[in-house]
Amino acid sequence: MTTRLRLLALALAAMVLGGVAVAYTLLADRPTAAAPTTGETVTLTPGPRLLAVTDRRLSTVRLGDPSGPRTVSATDCVRAYAAAGTGVCLRPVTTWSYEVAVLDEQLRTVRTVDLPGLPNRARVSASGRMVAWTTFVGGDSYTSSGFSTRTGILDTRTGTTVASLEGFAITRDGRAYRNADVNFWGVTFAADDNRFYATMATAGQRYLVRGDFAARTVETLLTNVECPSLSPDGTRLAFKQAVGGDPAKGWRLSVLDLATLRSTPTAETASVDDQAAWLDGATLAYTLRGSDGTPAIWTVPAAGGGASSLLVPGAESPAPLS
Amino acid sequence: MYLSTITRPATSRRGLTLVGGNVLALGTVSLITDVSSEMVTAILPMYLVLGLHVSPLAYGVVDGVYTGATAVLRLAGGYLADRFRGRKAVAGFGYALSAVAKLGLLAAGRSMTAFGVVIAADRLGKGLRTAPRDALITLSVPQEALGRAFGVHRMMDSIGAFLGPLVALAVLAASAESYDAVFVTSFCIAVLGVLVLVLFVREQRTVTVAPPAALREALALLRDPPVRRLAGAACLLGLATVGDGFVFLLLQRREDLGIAWFPLLAVGTSLAYLLLATPLGVLADRVGRLPVVLGGYVALAGTYLLLFGPVGGWPLLVLALGLYGLFYAATDGILVALAGPLLPERLRTTGIALVQTGQALAYLVSSVLFGLAWQTFGPETASRLAAAVVVLAIGATLVVLRRRTP
Repeated sequence: MTTRLRLLALALAAMVLGGVAVAYTLLADRPTAAAPTTGETVTLTPGPRLLAVTDRRLSTVRLGDPSGPRTVSATDCVRAYAAAGTGVCLRPVTTWSYEVAVLDEQLRTVRTVDLPGLPNRARVSASGRMVAWTTFVGGDSYTSSGFSTRTGILDTRTGTTVASLEGFAITRDGRAYRNADVNFWGVTFAADDNRFYATMATAGQRYLVRGDFAARTVETLLTNVECPSLSPDGTRLAFKQAVGGDPAKGWRLSVLDLATLRSTPTAETASVDDQAAWLDGATLAYTLRGSDGTPAIWTVPAAGGGASSLLVPGAESPAPLS
Repeated sequence: MYLSTITRPATSRRGLTLVGGNVLALGTVSLITDVSSEMVTAILPMYLVLGLHVSPLAYGVVDGVYTGATAVLRLAGGYLADRFRGRKAVAGFGYALSAVAKLGLLAAGRSMTAFGVVIAADRLGKGLRTAPRDALITLSVPQEALGRAFGVHRMMDSIGAFLGPLVALAVLAASAESYDAVFVTSFCIAVLGVLVLVLFVREQRTVTVAPPAALREALALLRDPPVRRLAGAACLLGLATVGDGFVFLLLQRREDLGIAWFPLLAVGTSLAYLLLATPLGVLADRVGRLPVVLGGYVALAGTYLLLFGPVGGWPLLVLALGLYGLFYAATDGILVALAGPLLPERLRTTGIALVQTGQALAYLVSSVLFGLAWQTFGPETASRLAAAVVVLAIGATLVVLRRRTP
């Protein structure tokens, strides 16, 4: 083949391949249109509704009719939570950067905090005062999997912001502990808006920790308790428990009694990689994904037994507004 | 034979002429392929966390499994390329395999098993193609111009690495953040790279009368003192390298950079690399390849010391990334340029694969050890220890490579 012919072949191939790439890019699946809406506007006012993220937009459904029409807002969130009229929304600012937005009842942005990574967990204390978030920090290549997490807490009343819990004094198994590899994620607040529970990972072990926001301390309580979520009465923690202590085998959604430290697996046998939300004192809501990645919100009795059931198809990040 | 006769070749006035069509063709293939692979690398964390909702831990498990295995398969690929004198064919298969892996990412969906297989295929492709490609470069230019040839090749390679994340960003913006579109575009670009290889790269068949290389001969390579020493030196130097992830993570922590900056740290390093690769290659041809390689490791020690040094802010980022790029520019290609002439032509691919595999395996070990040091002593002490290990490795390499062969 002469050089001319080869160049011609290459030019032709480049045109075809370029055409395919451009066509695919321009015709790529756009985020689907919003789900049917009731015509109302989404608010965070307490009521018998469930806040959820539908196609990346904040939306609500009536708890009495969860599969019924949805109220969908224009507010974009990857992850959200709300309580007592305060909302938290982890959302993109640009393709590469994200922020925490604290929302008021009308979904107006009250305050934003830049996120150092990719959104993962979001929580608001029952009173609406304290806000927490977790992001994945990293961005490594094929060759190194150095992901870590960073968890921040904001006191909306005083404006005190802790960008990373990694500066808190740690007591591990009764002793002061420091290590650069410490990671925190999944905060849940107690009723006093000061105490909180979270997951801490260090040296290959994952711990349930109890923290004191004012004193800036955390202490370890148990191992293999991740993404805790405190029950409305403050006596139990819903959490994900690594099967056989190995997260690679998946997680079993379980409930820990804080008085006896005894944990009970729920009837949900699918692996739940989510921070569960308490719909009431007896029911947990959480996100599961289908094989195509479509999310759905499911519920299961917190006391163990019974069966899990589908609550809201095509939605994620549940938070009861009641 | 004195090693110094190889590491310090006669200076040539022809040093200013071009590096030849085959090297440029191979450089073009690498450029195009690197655009393709780096655009995927840049968005992979986002795709996993936001697209697939996979926990980073699950990815870590997948990621760790295949790294060692592919390093060994590289040796097999190198030997096959020599055995059948099919360096272009083996390299082409490697490039094609990585191209198909881009579509595999699309097909794998949310299955972490499928995802693991796809990543393994991509790595295998990279492992297979590297040694035959470098062997083709060494066979395409006269020995005294090897440094320059590798400099130009690595420059083109890193231009691709530099452009990749930018192309990914453009595709994400144009497609309303569709990761699929990035994979499809990456696939199309990779196919174009394979076509350039098929159409424009020529196999160098200078030894056609000799019988194909036997496995016995390949094993005998290890008994050849200069080759053994060079492979040993490559391992030593590999042990002194702790990995980009750690360097970038420490810089990110030190300066508290957002995730937007994370890919840009790699881009900054590539920029320094691509600007310095050719000048350092030319320099290596003039003053000797070994001094340039060791100078690169001095720059690496400097990078590790800067991570917890007195300099902060923008000067730290510019200095650290500049030195890190200098390290790559002075070592990556030039180490192969150093090895090439030592290896018999009919076993050149196997020999290059041996050196590169030794280095890669040592690097795996050093990454694990550095992780342990980080956990035990903290990042500050660990990075200083790493700098000390680099200095020791430089000294040991000098001792190993300076000794006369019997």
